[in-house]
Amino acid sequence: MGKYLGMEVSFAAAEAVKLCNVDVVAAYPITPQTHIVERLSQFVADGELDAEFVPVESEHSALSLCVGSQAAGARSFTCTSSQGLALMSEIVYIVPALRLPIVMILANRSLSGPLSIWNDHSDVMSVRDCGWIQLFVENGQEVFDHVIIAYKIAENHNVLLPVMINMDGFILSHMFEPIKLMEQEDVDAYLPPYQPKFVLHPDKPVTMGAYAMPALFTEAKKAQEEALLASYPHILQAWKSWEKVSGRSYHPVETFCSEDAETLFITMGSLGETAGEAVRVLRGQGKKVGLLKLRLWRPFPFHDFYKAIGNAQRLIVLDRAVSYGGPGGPVAGEIRSALYNMENRPQVINFVAGLGGREVSVESFLEMFISSIEGKASGYQLFGVRG
Amino acid sequence: MLGTINRSFILPVKGEKQMPKADSEYLWNELQPGCVITEPGTSRVYYTGDWRAFYPVLQKERCIQCGICWIFCPDMAYQKDEKGYFIADLNYCKGCGICARECPADAIHMEKEKEI
Amino acid sequence: MRNINAYVVKTLSSREYIAPGHRACAGCGEVLAMRQVQKALGRNVIVASATGCMEIVSSPFPFSSWEVPWIHVAFENAAAVAGGIEAALKVLQRKGKIEGKKIFVAAMAGDGGTADIGLQALSGALERGHNFLFICYDNEAYMNTGVQRSSSTPFGASTMTSPVGSAQIGQLTWKKNMMAIAAAHGIPYLATASPSYPMDLSEKVAKAAKTEGPAYVHVLSVCPSGWGIPSDATVKFGRLAVETGFFPLYEIEEGKYRITVDVEELLPLEMYLKPQGRFRHLKPELIEQISRRVRAEWRELNRKAEEQKEIEERE
Repeated sequence: MGKYLGMEVSFAAAEAVKLCNVDVVAAYPITPQTHIVERLSQFVADGELDAEFVPVESEHSALSLCVGSQAAGARSFTCTSSQGLALMSEIVYIVPALRLPIVMILANRSLSGPLSIWNDHSDVMSVRDCGWIQLFVENGQEVFDHVIIAYKIAENHNVLLPVMINMDGFILSHMFEPIKLMEQEDVDAYLPPYQPKFVLHPDKPVTMGAYAMPALFTEAKKAQEEALLASYPHILQAWKSWEKVSGRSYHPVETFCSEDAETLFITMGSLGETAGEAVRVLRGQGKKVGLLKLRLWRPFPFHDFYKAIGNAQRLIVLDRAVSYGGPGGPVAGEIRSALYNMENRPQVINFVAGLGGREVSVESFLEMFISSIEGKASGYQLFGVRG
Repeated sequence: MLGTINRSFILPVKGEKQMPKADSEYLWNELQPGCVITEPGTSRVYYTGDWRAFYPVLQKERCIQCGICWIFCPDMAYQKDEKGYFIADLNYCKGCGICARECPADAIHMEKEKEI
Repeated sequence: MRNINAYVVKTLSSREYIAPGHRACAGCGEVLAMRQVQKALGRNVIVASATGCMEIVSSPFPFSSWEVPWIHVAFENAAAVAGGIEAALKVLQRKGKIEGKKIFVAAMAGDGGTADIGLQALSGALERGHNFLFICYDNEAYMNTGVQRSSSTPFGASTMTSPVGSAQIGQLTWKKNMMAIAAAHGIPYLATASPSYPMDLSEKVAKAAKTEGPAYVHVLSVCPSGWGIPSDATVKFGRLAVETGFFPLYEIEEGKYRITVDVEELLPLEMYLKPQGRFRHLKPELIEQISRRVRAEWRELNRKAEEQKEIEERE
């Protein structure tokens, strides 16, 4: 069943890709994604992974190349960050429309400018509506597990959608953590070989990427959205069967001390661990505080979310991206919409924090909590800004 | 001099392929994942012949059966009949006139379509 | 020259891999080129297409003109998509996941998808050495969007974004030399081709497909609507482009230049330019200026081919 090994999280991600016996890896280097592809490149060079490693000339080509390889029947992988995602975003939107189950790790990093190589979620939020299944992970083990789970979900013929795994740049990508790796046979038993539904091959010629006139486009988009919505039970199923293999369980919304909570923090990604610490501190002070961590971002798990907020009166939503001139951060905007039809909906206080690698500490969460309780913080504010 | 217009060489359309539904008739749940078209060459049921203002007329007595009309046809309209003549399928011919201009034996000329 | 292809064209395959019923304009030289290219490639090929005229006319859902597997993704990435298909075939055959028969991989794009927006992806794919064939269907402007200039539009041509005005004579830049750019990657095979010369085109495409490593074929695709010529003159102007030296037919095999359709004496360039709507405004002195450069380039090409012959004779 595998053993714990101390390793950089990026290496754990590469180990998982290797265990998935991926056929094609195409990537272009961008900090902080580089260690993942360097490692994969080494695996291929050492004959440990029988794959085509294609060092492309841009992220746009990285994803385009994966589209070609996946359409030709190869299990394909790429990963990127920030500007790289922005450059490939044209193709990001096309992949789910073609229903190609590509898996991509996004080592989350701010979008320029000013240029910053550090972590926030402005990259992923720029493609929020791209139609991929979007997951957030909190630590190295979750990264490792979710690469394997992502292929299981994506390649399911009832799903056939790409999966994007969001992992905070540096905070996760460059962290050393104990990781429990899996045995190859366990992964093979969990993840069967990729069986494409349609494949580019002369024996049965198909046309992929035909264009749609206005008479068809709406139906094509409806079909795409229904596919994403229909992926939900298969995502749960993939987690459930992973639990059987690994003993680790995952849920669309992870909760901590939320049952009787009056105030709930809502976070995504690696901030969950820090927020959890803050909740422990506040609980020690007798405050009824809990934490929700959104793991599944698309399709948005409305039902799990309503269940998780219970009777909380106050939601402190952490955003890691700015929606300039909008109603607050993108996550809070989403949550407010989700709550709109509830009769006794909780108050939503939105902090945009941790931009461009700015630290968000346990104390930061305590501060957010106090200013929310005292009514100093209201709808939306940038946390910790000077002046 | 060029003989009477003979439109009898309009080839019957091969019946093996069914006309796909028009795009406006598809329900969303009838589409293949990714809108993949699973049949090759489905456009052959779409006739482009009605774009035409002129149509080619072949004088078989002049024809040398060289195939120039066939190889230069952008619409794959020409097909060889059992006697070796290349005949334009007017279901597809858009009437561009390349065949008439390129024919080395001057065996093809274009005639104006009648107004309907 | 008119009868040069008579009788021999019948030796070309009667199989069609582009179905009729496509939506190309009457007399389209690009779809004609594509038809001949696919004929030469045969059945065992996978095609990745850039956005553009050929993509639009051959794939309005649910009507596909493709008899071979075909994918369209976006405008600038045909070479990258083809690279992915090639990588997939290679690894899947190596791993025994699919049978090992030879399948050609072809990418196709217009001049915009090749020389402008697609240049980076093309350069990357050529440099990495994917075993594939890239075909540029060059109709010398963005025809699909309504005739805007590209870097492949010839000097002096009038387009919607290189118009003729009191202060401008049309396109002000010389046609980008894609063959030289592609050749600079040191790839094993390159050729120019024209559907007006089907035998020459077929031989080159077949050779390009069989080449181990990347191959590049640049096909002049006459566009009657964009160039302002009658729809029946497509093949004629393809021929005139060659006979005036404006678009010489040659190949570069392992660095060796060979002119495949020799023209003993170039026809006056005026014969090619003057009847075209896009060049109609050109004054004689400008035609003369263009002609000088066309002839200089023709001489240079001949010099390279001659040099090659001499080397071979010496050896």
